[in-house]
Amino acid sequence: MNLLRRIFLQKAALFWVPIFAVTWVLSAYSFPLYKALGARWIIKYPAGARLQLEAKISAFMQWLVEDASFGLFSFRDLTRFISSLIEAPYTFARNALIDGFSVGLGSDAVDVAPSLSWVAVIVTLAAMGHYARDWKLAALMAGCFGYLAVFGQWDSAMVTLASVLIAVPIGAIGGLLLGVLAYRVPAFEMFIRPVLDLMQTVPVFSYLVPILFLFGFGPVAALVATIIYAMPPMVRVTIVALRGVPSEVHDVGVMVGCTKRQLMWKVIIPSAAPTLMVGVNQVIMLSLNMVIIASMIGAGGLGYDVLTALRRLDIGGGIEAGVAIVVMAIALDRLSQAFATRVADELPSNTTQNLAGRHPWAVTVLVVAIGTFLLSYILPAIQDYPESMTLSTGTFWSDVIGYINVNFFDTFEAVKTVFLTYLLLPVKRFFVGIPWAWGIIVMTLIGWRVGGIGLGLLSGVLTAFIAAVGLWNKAMVTVYLCGVSVLVASAIGIPMGILAAQNDRANRIIGSFIDTLQTLPSFVYLIPVVMLFRVGDFSAMVAVVLYAMAPAVRYAAHGVRSVDPQLVEAGLVSGCTPRQLLWRIKLPMALPELLLGLNQTILLALSMLVITALVGTRDLGQEVYIALTKANTGQGIVAGLSVAFIAIIADRILSAFATRARTKMGMAS
Amino acid sequence: MRIFTFGVAAAAGLSIAGAALAAAESQEPIKLTMHDWTGQLVTTTLMGKVLSKAGYNVEYVQADYIAQFAGLKTGDLHVAMEIWETTGREAMDEATATGKVVNLGETGMIAIEEWWYPAYMEEVCPGLPDWKALNDCAAEFATPETAPMGRYLGGPVTWGGFDDERVEALGMDFEVVHAGTDAALFAELESAYQRKAPIVLWIYAPHWAPTKYEGSFVKFPEYSAECYADPSVGMNTSMAYDCGKPTGPIWKVASSTVAETWPGAVEAIKAFTVNNDDMGDMVAAVDLDGKSVDEVTDAWLAANEAAWSTWIAN
Repeated sequence: MNLLRRIFLQKAALFWVPIFAVTWVLSAYSFPLYKALGARWIIKYPAGARLQLEAKISAFMQWLVEDASFGLFSFRDLTRFISSLIEAPYTFARNALIDGFSVGLGSDAVDVAPSLSWVAVIVTLAAMGHYARDWKLAALMAGCFGYLAVFGQWDSAMVTLASVLIAVPIGAIGGLLLGVLAYRVPAFEMFIRPVLDLMQTVPVFSYLVPILFLFGFGPVAALVATIIYAMPPMVRVTIVALRGVPSEVHDVGVMVGCTKRQLMWKVIIPSAAPTLMVGVNQVIMLSLNMVIIASMIGAGGLGYDVLTALRRLDIGGGIEAGVAIVVMAIALDRLSQAFATRVADELPSNTTQNLAGRHPWAVTVLVVAIGTFLLSYILPAIQDYPESMTLSTGTFWSDVIGYINVNFFDTFEAVKTVFLTYLLLPVKRFFVGIPWAWGIIVMTLIGWRVGGIGLGLLSGVLTAFIAAVGLWNKAMVTVYLCGVSVLVASAIGIPMGILAAQNDRANRIIGSFIDTLQTLPSFVYLIPVVMLFRVGDFSAMVAVVLYAMAPAVRYAAHGVRSVDPQLVEAGLVSGCTPRQLLWRIKLPMALPELLLGLNQTILLALSMLVITALVGTRDLGQEVYIALTKANTGQGIVAGLSVAFIAIIADRILSAFATRARTKMGMAS
Repeated sequence: MRIFTFGVAAAAGLSIAGAALAAAESQEPIKLTMHDWTGQLVTTTLMGKVLSKAGYNVEYVQADYIAQFAGLKTGDLHVAMEIWETTGREAMDEATATGKVVNLGETGMIAIEEWWYPAYMEEVCPGLPDWKALNDCAAEFATPETAPMGRYLGGPVTWGGFDDERVEALGMDFEVVHAGTDAALFAELESAYQRKAPIVLWIYAPHWAPTKYEGSFVKFPEYSAECYADPSVGMNTSMAYDCGKPTGPIWKVASSTVAETWPGAVEAIKAFTVNNDDMGDMVAAVDLDGKSVDEVTDAWLAANEAAWSTWIAN
């Protein structure tokens, strides 16, 4: 064993050390080299050989929007038709939750029915909570939505809820259908996998413009963007869930003479239901993640409140609206998880019971809805939560940030300077110096080494694409910022995860802390971060670290927890100290999980870089953002694809590493 | 949400005044775009309320400042009330060139954009607001990242402004750092102002910042079109941009479909004007005193009935 290990290590060293050394030398001396040889192509991809993709994509988009036609109707008619299909239920949900129903336009409008009162909405959700699990969940639901009313977020929250109510079913059902198709038709699965990868890694900003062109301005475009972003996990979960159905179940279905259709919808899908609900849960959470971005193109609601509050530096207002999003996410998350694990009810045995007895909750909700509607004529406060009874944190948060700013700024500044001088700047110089040609070679070599020739070619081609579209330098700035942030996030997150795995109380605190960080819109903390650290790479790094830390924590905790107890036992028996137990047994065994966590951290960091463009980084994220503000479809998509390719390369290489680590430790999956 | 339902409510209650004007025109709502800065919300709400009083139905739609042109071109969106000469000219020209978007003239407000410093810097740096005096104490504005150069916080790259060129042409010892959004810009100002720390940055008006913070714009050699276009003009004879930034009007634009559907409304929008001082006061009332856009615009409409009633008179 020891001998094997030594040989492996040495062989690894033979590969990695020279690779790094050559890269370092080339990076440090690329500029003098170009001067000495007079070969400018060394540091800059020749403009003449550049792929003119941007203009082509923009032209294609224009053709699609203006000229593409199926004969009877144009492509745009089709997308507009889809938008009207989505708009109808959305308008209904919105009317029901907040706007109220009316007939006619503007001054001719006649109110037909008011929206559901806030009391009725809260009772409905509490009822669903009780139906899905128990009184405790019902209380949580009531508490969360009560919070929204008390803190004056009700109106915006209902707008956001309306869009979630539309986006989630479409995303979940669409994802389910695609997943079923992929399960049945292997060729379709081959096709959809890379598409899903792109849907998850291309930054949303880069396809907002084409969506606006095709689906029109307003909430529908935002809904479409949300669906595209939130659907992929549902497809993946569906495929996994269907495969996970035991073959016995499948066989029984065949034996009792199911048709193919019956087998799928009556046998396989119901038995995969609990796993499928995990996918639905993901769709809900991702839809809420999109709230801010969606509000930039007209979704309104809580996201819009966060944006406007922060634009006038109303930090308290931004935090209140941001926390409202978190609260809503918590409520919907718990509710959907409860539905996922809910044990199916026994069929009502006593059919002689009356309607109210059989459906106590449905009847209660109906009674409350009608009751509050009638009562609201006497007591308007029942329809609309009275403004005078709302609470606000006022200037509290601004004052806190102000206090920290005045008293601790110099300390922060000192810390920041150390980070900049010893970490950020050297790493930046290293990455930005790498000549593009060597970059392509080195990525091919690494891919080859880690995952074989296929992976080598893939990473080589993807890297070459980035160079060929002329985004090499910006891509290297992206890699640098992302790399440094991931490093810091892991340095903080992994120890937190290890702590959480070994201590229940720490686990609870850390768990809720990272949940909040992940659902709180990053914009909320971006502005205070800028106040304390100024515009620049450091602020961007802090924001990315805060957002991307969660998977490092989660996977580390999971990895350490799932170490085979027998191994731990064996360690204890051989007299390991707790420290040795951790370093010699638990951590090495958790390595594959740690690598997967690292992988997720990188993906999140990349997705966050697009947001940090808002504080002025100069990377691919900024390129995507500029394209958005100039409504340049081609530029946005090309830069978006480059970000996606970096993500895909990182993902494939790290997954290959994790697989190798697994097989090496005999845990082949 | 109140903002959105307002249009309908106002239209229902106040349609008597100018109902005649809109009677013959479409009852479809006119869609006005709303962005994410208060001044624009105020301008748009004023216009929307006046149109409602004339009997039109209006709807407010949130849209990105530049991305909205896509919607204006297709006719999904109808009216955009604030296109700044300084930041939106390029997109506006591109859109009007297609013939699908029309320029409805100036709003009466003048956009000012320039380097700005807080008043307390005058003690550290006597001779301000002259740009040469600013340059003499560039070291005061240095941060660890930019030292020995001073740090100037510019607007987002997309705003243009030629600050990098200006620094070069005037030989200033400053490094330009671009903020990504104006939220980041003002976050830094707030932070520096709390600590009375040195800062010089891009500020624009009408905005709440010049009302909230005491300070002044730096005085550069006066802007002229030649100074931007012709390198030989100005104190640096070999480079352009050796002068301050232009001021410029804020324009109103509309989709070309508006004139077909609501000809009367187009006249009203063309007639709309409001001046910088009124706007500055309204923006400050919202952002600093915490009043709602609704309250503030109602107050303005009540005080200026003589003005806006002429917009919808014919």
